[in-house]
Amino acid sequence: MKEYQTITEISGPLVFAEVDESIGYDEIVEIETEQGETLRGQVLESSDGLVAIQVFEGTEGIDRNASVRFLGETMKMPVTEDLLGRVLDGTGQPIDGGPEIVPDDRHDIVGAAINPYAREYPQEFIQTGVSAIDGMNTLIRGQKLPIFSGSGLPHNDLALQIARQATVPEEEADGDDEEGSEFAVIFGAMGITQEEANEFMDDFERTGALERSVVFMNLADDPAVERTVTPRMALTTAEYLAFEKDYHVLVILTDMTNYCEALREIGAAREEVPGRRGYPGYMYTDLAQLYERAGRIEGREGSVTQIPILTMPGDDDTHPIPDLTGYITEGQIYIDRDLNSQGIEPPINVLPSLSRLMDDGIGEGFTREDHADVSDQMYAAYAEGEDLRDLVNIVGREALSDRDNKYLDFADAFETEFVQQGFDTNRDIDDTLDLGWDLLGMLPEEELNRIDEEFIERYYPEDDETETAEEVAAD
Amino acid sequence: MSQATETDTVREDGVIESVSGPVVTATDLGARMNDVVYVGEEGLMGEVIEIEGNLSTIQVYEETSSVAPGEPVENTGEPLSVDLGPGMLDSIYDGVQRPLAVLEDKMGAFLDRGVDAPGIDLEKTWAFEPEVDEGDHVEPGDIVGTVPETESIDHKVMVPPDYEGGDVVAIESGNYTVEQTVVELDNGEEIQMHQEWPVREARPAARKETPTEPLVSGQRILDGLFPIAKGGTAAIPGPFGSGKTVTQHQLAKWADADIVVYVGCGERGNEMTEVIDDFPELEDPVTGKPLMSRTCLIANTSNMPVAARESCVYTGITIAEYYRDMGYDVALMADSTSRWAEAMREISSRLEEMPGEEGYPAYLAARLSEFYERAGYFQNINGTEGSVSAIGAVSPPGGDFSEPVTQNTLRIVKCFWALDADLAERRHFPSINWDESYSLYTDQLDPWYKENVDENFPDRRQWAVDVLDEEGELQEIVQLVGKDALPEDQQLTLEVARYIRESWLQQNAFHDVDTYCSPEKTYAMLGAIETFNDEAFDALDAGVPVEEIQDIDAVPRLNRMGVQDDWEEYISDLEDDIADQLRAKY
Repeated sequence: MKEYQTITEISGPLVFAEVDESIGYDEIVEIETEQGETLRGQVLESSDGLVAIQVFEGTEGIDRNASVRFLGETMKMPVTEDLLGRVLDGTGQPIDGGPEIVPDDRHDIVGAAINPYAREYPQEFIQTGVSAIDGMNTLIRGQKLPIFSGSGLPHNDLALQIARQATVPEEEADGDDEEGSEFAVIFGAMGITQEEANEFMDDFERTGALERSVVFMNLADDPAVERTVTPRMALTTAEYLAFEKDYHVLVILTDMTNYCEALREIGAAREEVPGRRGYPGYMYTDLAQLYERAGRIEGREGSVTQIPILTMPGDDDTHPIPDLTGYITEGQIYIDRDLNSQGIEPPINVLPSLSRLMDDGIGEGFTREDHADVSDQMYAAYAEGEDLRDLVNIVGREALSDRDNKYLDFADAFETEFVQQGFDTNRDIDDTLDLGWDLLGMLPEEELNRIDEEFIERYYPEDDETETAEEVAAD
Repeated sequence: MSQATETDTVREDGVIESVSGPVVTATDLGARMNDVVYVGEEGLMGEVIEIEGNLSTIQVYEETSSVAPGEPVENTGEPLSVDLGPGMLDSIYDGVQRPLAVLEDKMGAFLDRGVDAPGIDLEKTWAFEPEVDEGDHVEPGDIVGTVPETESIDHKVMVPPDYEGGDVVAIESGNYTVEQTVVELDNGEEIQMHQEWPVREARPAARKETPTEPLVSGQRILDGLFPIAKGGTAAIPGPFGSGKTVTQHQLAKWADADIVVYVGCGERGNEMTEVIDDFPELEDPVTGKPLMSRTCLIANTSNMPVAARESCVYTGITIAEYYRDMGYDVALMADSTSRWAEAMREISSRLEEMPGEEGYPAYLAARLSEFYERAGYFQNINGTEGSVSAIGAVSPPGGDFSEPVTQNTLRIVKCFWALDADLAERRHFPSINWDESYSLYTDQLDPWYKENVDENFPDRRQWAVDVLDEEGELQEIVQLVGKDALPEDQQLTLEVARYIRESWLQQNAFHDVDTYCSPEKTYAMLGAIETFNDEAFDALDAGVPVEEIQDIDAVPRLNRMGVQDDWEEYISDLEDDIADQLRAKY
């Protein structure tokens, strides 16, 4: 392996060096400074005689006398089942003081695309125990469902609640399937604060979840460029566990906003033509290469389900990060600032939220026959109630018709009873749907135009129950 | 992927000079613009997109990790082409026409690199039945025989458009592979069952005509309010979550085209899987044959190489044109054209071209119009008539329709189906906004509707549009003063409009019956609401208060018209009941 002392330019996270052999695109590079420190990087552009290197740990301490070694291979993640229970840094090095990792195999972190023909369409309902998700925006195994949040909102609590409570109901019942495919959590942190990291770690330790988890930690004060590698490390591990070791893997990535900032930083250092708001034009492709690594493959037991978390700058969902994410992922869960200040836990705004895979994963044989209709009806009724709230502010409740008042009551009850449940309550799907019927009972039967007559007959609460629901709602 | 017609250009191979993502430059490559090349030791497929002096710039259709300067580039001397022949239907391809099923056999569940596979099966034999006799004279484009390609489609074997044509000297029915000669001409030209065509070039046609027949979609809001013609163009823009893909899927499932080419361009892998899983199980409502037997899928998901995303719409439309040449009506769905535009932008920025609006290349508008102009209702060169309808989804960033891709698309297409996030939020599906959407085909299609559905169809459509318009205006007042402050007749109009919206415009794509609605049913359903409107206003004139009219128990049954299999009886009973009950009030 040849060593070069030919650095010509250092700019932001980039180092340019002259070479006299051919260097492959994406190859891994080691740079040794005069102080003896070794930094790692990756070839971003390779041309005859000159390479551009992106240094993960930042370029601090590098001068023109530093020596550059090209390792002749692309970035790999050492994978083994023993990774479960381990805490690693953003580039995959253990930081928990545990033993050295002895890999079974080393996988390219870029990851190849799954052939759409080889995919299995995700249809298994995951019960998260959160009504606003299970009932209204059902999570499915193999789905990528991001949480759209904002600064200062409890998205982490929700992610933890999902990680803790997620089960597949049928499997619990027969039990033997559980042994075949176990559940694992991969947690990829990008640029989160030490405090947030502690919150996650404490929860993992408290609930014993750590032993079935692999944690990748890139903290706020770690180099930004390293963040571009962290999610790829996490997803490579997830794919290994899912498709080679039959685990059902839930990948939580937080915070994607920090990841995108790192992309922008590199783009700017390379003097690329910027796209919207300075983010690189290839950000869609780049994000897709992460998010599309969720799914199921025909003939394999395991699955990769992704819950990326992103904080929307200024709570603006037209910002490029949430916007591009929404175009790639299969829906989104919105955390709402108003609901949060009203003390609703989890403060999920179901109206803009969506699960695209829901329709095929619910109903008879998956959840319950009436699920789709109930969810549709609640959406429509809540949306109508929401609309009326604006009107009430102007004309007052008295000016509204009896029908309108019922919708207003419904909207209130929907928030305070259905969405509100606390971060520690685990509701199964029957509880969630029954609660839905209780609330729908506040509306006259003939208003339920989205629900099949058969289900109305079977589930619509009798009159006396309706009263109770209203009383509860009034509380 | 396959080679196009042999040319006598000198094929010189080159050497890689630099690599940056999907863009590779090579020196000493004696290639022409848009020639296909194989890059590096692994032979990754690419296309020449810029030539400057001795330096050629290549966009590579596969991941370029570890490709290094100094590696060879092999020139094929031919432009990017598709292989056209029997076997394309019921297939699923990537953006450069490699069959995904074959790729799975060759390299497993993940897409590896440097694997080539022909677009059509070269081993399979097909039963060829001649349509011409020895001694007949054939011209380019002429149909010389047929092959039963799938249950529902007969594949026509045609003289390639770039042949000279002549007298048939040998032709015989029998089983052949696509590479065997089935017809020999007196000038020595040999015709096989497959032919190749460069994707970036439109296949020739004799004349483009004004379309006069609708592409019936089975979707009430489209057939009823904003119809598209066979050979027409439409754009479906909408923010994420507003139902673009479901609308495209509905069109692919139920549109009354002979052939459907569905291009999944830079979209989700699971969505393509859904299509692959669903379509074989669905039946064409008209012919009763499996839908897959008329469908060709092109899937280049968002994580597959960006350059192949740029080419996949061309691959799709070339296949569509080929079936058009046989005299079929073809519908092409591209989901999403924004991803295609972004692929252009990405490649353009790697080339360090001067960016136009929002970083898109200055040739964005030209490329979009070139693409949509390949759609149309055509007189083919062989005398048959065929059409290509192009329906492109657009994904505007932040749902803002003023962005370049939406705007440039709107300048070309004649149907605009605007999806609306507000409607989607309240689960009004399909969430096509009736105020913003339009179709410029309504006038030329009205004669068809009058003849095939009902003389009164255009009038009834206009009535619905008027009621919805009036509702829009009234809603502004309601927002200020509340519904009860309106006069009774206006309250009634709001009620009627609500039924138009909820029971007619809304349609449940996931309900077995409601998912497809024939134009007759569409017309009759609207008729029932109109009956309610007329009877209700008569009642109102006779002094019946509006609350009482709303309380008629027959009226909510309007909401269940869509899900009725036996709709004729249901609707006529319902109309009678509404009339009886309302008239009983006065």
